[in-house]
Amino acid sequence: MQQEALQQGTIDTSYREAVRQAIRDAIMRDERVFLMGEDVGRYGGCYAVSKGLLAEFGPERIRDTPLSESGFTGAGIGAAMAGLRPIVELMTVNFSLLALDQILNTAATVRHMSGNQFGVPLVIRMATGAGRQLAAQHSHSLEGWYAHIPGIKVLAPATLEDARGMLWTALQDPDPVLIFENVMLYNITGNLAADAGPVNIDKAAVRRPGRDVSLITYGGSLWKTLEAATALAAEGIEAEVIDLRSLRPLDDATIMTSVTKTRRAVIIDEGWRSGSLAAEVAMRIVEQAFWELDAPIGRVCSEEVPIPYPRHLENAAIPQAPKIIAAAKAALGRA
Amino acid sequence: MVDFRMPSLGADMEAGTLVEWLVKPGDWVKRGDIVAVVETQKGAIEIETFETGQVEGILVELNSKVPVGTPLARIRTEGEAKAAPVAALSPAAAPVISPPAPAAAPPAIPPAPAPVAPPPSPAVAPAAPARTRISPAARRLAEARSVDPATVTGSGPGGAITYADVARRAAEPTPSSERKRAPTLDLDAMRTAIAAAMARSKREIPHYYLAHQVDVTACEHWLSQKNAALPPDNRLLIGALTLKATALAAHSFPAFNGFYRDNKYEPSEAVHVGVAIAIRGGGLAAPALHDADQLSLDDLMSRMRDLVQRTRAGRIRSSEISDSTITVTSLGERGVETLYGIIYPPQVAIVGFGKVLVRPWVVDGAIGPRSVITITLSADHRVSDGHAGALFLTEIGKLLQEPDKL
Amino acid sequence: MNDIDIRKVVQEELNNIAPEVDMAGVDPKADLREAIDIDSMDFLNFITAIHHRLGIDIPEIDYPKLITLDGAIGYVEAKLGLGKT
Repeated sequence: MQQEALQQGTIDTSYREAVRQAIRDAIMRDERVFLMGEDVGRYGGCYAVSKGLLAEFGPERIRDTPLSESGFTGAGIGAAMAGLRPIVELMTVNFSLLALDQILNTAATVRHMSGNQFGVPLVIRMATGAGRQLAAQHSHSLEGWYAHIPGIKVLAPATLEDARGMLWTALQDPDPVLIFENVMLYNITGNLAADAGPVNIDKAAVRRPGRDVSLITYGGSLWKTLEAATALAAEGIEAEVIDLRSLRPLDDATIMTSVTKTRRAVIIDEGWRSGSLAAEVAMRIVEQAFWELDAPIGRVCSEEVPIPYPRHLENAAIPQAPKIIAAAKAALGRA
Repeated sequence: MVDFRMPSLGADMEAGTLVEWLVKPGDWVKRGDIVAVVETQKGAIEIETFETGQVEGILVELNSKVPVGTPLARIRTEGEAKAAPVAALSPAAAPVISPPAPAAAPPAIPPAPAPVAPPPSPAVAPAAPARTRISPAARRLAEARSVDPATVTGSGPGGAITYADVARRAAEPTPSSERKRAPTLDLDAMRTAIAAAMARSKREIPHYYLAHQVDVTACEHWLSQKNAALPPDNRLLIGALTLKATALAAHSFPAFNGFYRDNKYEPSEAVHVGVAIAIRGGGLAAPALHDADQLSLDDLMSRMRDLVQRTRAGRIRSSEISDSTITVTSLGERGVETLYGIIYPPQVAIVGFGKVLVRPWVVDGAIGPRSVITITLSADHRVSDGHAGALFLTEIGKLLQEPDKL
Repeated sequence: MNDIDIRKVVQEELNNIAPEVDMAGVDPKADLREAIDIDSMDFLNFITAIHHRLGIDIPEIDYPKLITLDGAIGYVEAKLGLGKT
């Protein structure tokens, strides 16, 4: 977070609150916008993101749905095609697989298959990632799978600004946009400009400049990567941290600019290594910046196991700062 | 087993001083490798071997002066060397089937199914040198800045050479000579050698001389266009064009490319152009640029640069001393308009290039400024006549009109 | 790299080509080809060495600007953005 000081015009807030304010803002600004999903109304959302919104906006705009991801995602697609601007909340990315048919076979393809007669201006939000001891059916990071699909955009807000600002921009998009909120981010707090508003959703961001190695990451791994970069700086290694922000499309230009400068890259991705988004980023670097490289590209991904329940095993299964530090040093030949 | 002997680097050489060994016993050498440096009247000469095999022993100590023909080292040739270690590895008592060895008689093995025998060990091949690890970025920089990766110490993963390693190496001062050993050119001895060769030439060779003025404006335009896009390492000088044109013409006119020996002319199929190179402080050498007619201009230029640098550093190779089939001499941009060379025996021709001058010239009926060079030929009248010489010079001039085809 | 360093680099590289010359005694405005007796190959080697050592591009069309000691130093400084203007 750039704004460390308590400046005038900033508020203390949390990622959860920033997402909530984004939803409130959208509902107030555009009468076509509504939120629907499991337990978003009376219960206030399983991660408490929509707490209080039912009382404020009523059941027309904040709609509880049956436990049927395929059904209500399909309803959201229909509403979007018919002119509304739905925000569909899926409880976790694991459960989103029940709606995968709707997302992949319908939402992502309608514009193509209707010869551009229909679009699906739908936003789907969902939680992703491990770290809350929710075990192997609630903790996976499958956003890389979604980033495989043409016809949709895939976002991963990792900061308060992006949590606050990406939703509105996504709602303006004529095609489906999926927003992945890492479960470990909801409780992070910080200062956010009181007038924070929409942000771009097509550029990666340099979260920390450096000259020695590019650490490329997104979502929940951003903070671990920044922690690793701070530790590396203490040893004289200046790491540049890139927050991808958009997983589809990828901002190749920012990645290549950074790698061209540092000549080394490590990709930190909470997805499993095989066939991962990290693999895609690495291959693009090889395709576009091979002659700039000084070392093999490194990856820090999740261990290839279902995410375990016990805390120590869960922590061991996903990227952590020490692994990132080790990978960065290996790229510099300082392992 | 063969002896590697002190070579004769010219008819006037009687002895040489061995000043450096570049191999040691046990090393593998192949035909053409430089194995030693010998100090002669002509300076320090790098000596190549004609054999492929393993160095068995060094027979002459450093800094000893020995007559031509003295064995300097012993080389176990390829076949022998491969056979020997295999035999040595096999316990004497065990039944052994020798791998086929070209030098040995075929073992009399009956066509019956042989007992199970270990396959011939491939381990006798000389170990391939480990590949230098160099990152893509470092490799690209090394190419751009002409840094030899072998001279760089790697600091990257697994000791790989990184961009920064190459940049650091490139920023170091250019070493004034390739090696620390500075073979001092003995200019007095060189003068004596030049005197002997030139006196013999004027005594024995009936020279005739021709001159021909050629418009080289096309060459200059072509060069400035080509060089504009190139880093200094790859830029061409007009000397590369004149050398290539001469080599191509020499290939077409065999009466100017060869040796006159024992009252007989032997034309040469290959064109090895002797390049006259002035030595700072007075002195001249004309080492051979091998197969100059076959080289692309880029290759020719880099070979020329290498040859000039080594010659001036006193590191000519033995094969460059006596192989030249024709010589080219040029006094360059600070020279004069016309120069007539003296043939270097036993060659039969020397082609001279004067300074490029801007001259009023008639092109398509109008006078305009053109860059003009005077090409001369000094040739051996025992082998050719002025008519052939004129055709030869004209051919060089024609070739220079189309530099892109050289 | 300051003015003195560049003078040193240029002189070192010229000395690599003409080792016997005392560069301090060379007229900084004199044509180097005459002053230290170098030919076109020597000059190309000098340009190449400067290119490698300082990483600056010196197109052939600029060669005349480097033909004196002062000219060469001024040219390199300008290329490195060290000009005094």
